[in-house]
Amino acid sequence: MSRRIVHCHCVYSKVVPADVKAAVLERLAGSAADFEAVPDLCEMSAGKDPALARFAGDGEVEIVACFPRAVRWLFHSAGHDLAAEASIHNMRSSTADEVCGALGLPDGESAS
Amino acid sequence: MKPREAARPGPSAPFGELHVTVEPGGFDGVDAAGRGAVLAALLEAGHPVSRKAGAGEGALARLGGDVGVLDRAPEQVVEDVAARREAAAAPAPGAWTPWFPVIDYDRCTNCMQCLSFCLFDVYSVDGDGRITVQNQEKCKTSCPACSRVCPEVAILFPKYKKGPINGDEVKAEDIASESMKVDISSLLGGDIYSALKERSGSAKQRFSTERDESKALLERKRCLKELKDKLDIPSEVLMSLPSAGDIEERARRARAKQEERIARSRSAQDQKKTDGPSTQEWDI
Repeated sequence: MSRRIVHCHCVYSKVVPADVKAAVLERLAGSAADFEAVPDLCEMSAGKDPALARFAGDGEVEIVACFPRAVRWLFHSAGHDLAAEASIHNMRSSTADEVCGALGLPDGESAS
Repeated sequence: MKPREAARPGPSAPFGELHVTVEPGGFDGVDAAGRGAVLAALLEAGHPVSRKAGAGEGALARLGGDVGVLDRAPEQVVEDVAARREAAAAPAPGAWTPWFPVIDYDRCTNCMQCLSFCLFDVYSVDGDGRITVQNQEKCKTSCPACSRVCPEVAILFPKYKKGPINGDEVKAEDIASESMKVDISSLLGGDIYSALKERSGSAKQRFSTERDESKALLERKRCLKELKDKLDIPSEVLMSLPSAGDIEERARRARAKQEERIARSRSAQDQKKTDGPSTQEWDI
């Protein structure tokens, strides 16, 4: 199963530093990686969005959002538990370089 | 009588497959900053975007396909996508600010303090007698008060500014911390509903004996300030608190739910005794 990156832009609040999420998004867009960028995982959880089942069911999903405890229970709240092997990268406590490094997104890679 | 505040609109309909996709080569000629700006603008307008093999099928719009990106401002791209969304009669995103509690069931002990405390019917009990967040849309934006009264730090608000309420790791000192654990008893002198009723009674008595409206107002202000400071409750939430009658009714329903849960639990235990010990209990 191929790796999937899910990026949450947390659009309804300012708790995720704007420079971090913008930089991560830019490097994601500049890479060749597959991704799904969503406006807000909280909103999807509250709406029990079926797309969450798809994310949770992916073997190698890497979620770029906020605190892992929050993300895991948001998925649970929507009725879709994340697999234990899912990775969660925290844009509230890490720098863009740290997040992109963990995702293996090379700086300045260009692809489309 | 003051009209009850209506619940917030609630989450939008699921996105389903109403996403925008990036076509292979769709970003050609656009630099990294430009690509990021287009994605950010779409997300901020509430449109999910994906790039993966086969994602174009059934997509609302395809960047670099039916929606051009090269030499266009991000706002123009967003306008095109919004027009397509409208044409597809898809619900407009962003009608609701997603602020609601999320329960960490690894920590929750099902003590029901949150159910008893929340005055806005956000919590309920599921078929298994377990506390659950049932009415997210009734939660008051920016109010984390229920998480402050949870003795186990099991209630998260992912968009809260500080940890551990925001989902950050829970440390031993957080549980003991005065700023985290608010003992309702010490705050209001016992059961919150009885306390509110008592306060209301005292206020009435003061009115009748002293006819001193300013003293009653000062008492109310003092009590509200205490709640605001200790629980970080926004002023607008305090202003929209239900009436005394509503609070009493809410308390009655909360107690009934708890009693029902206890009765169900006792019944299950009695049934277990009647059935005799399980093989596990015989330690076979």
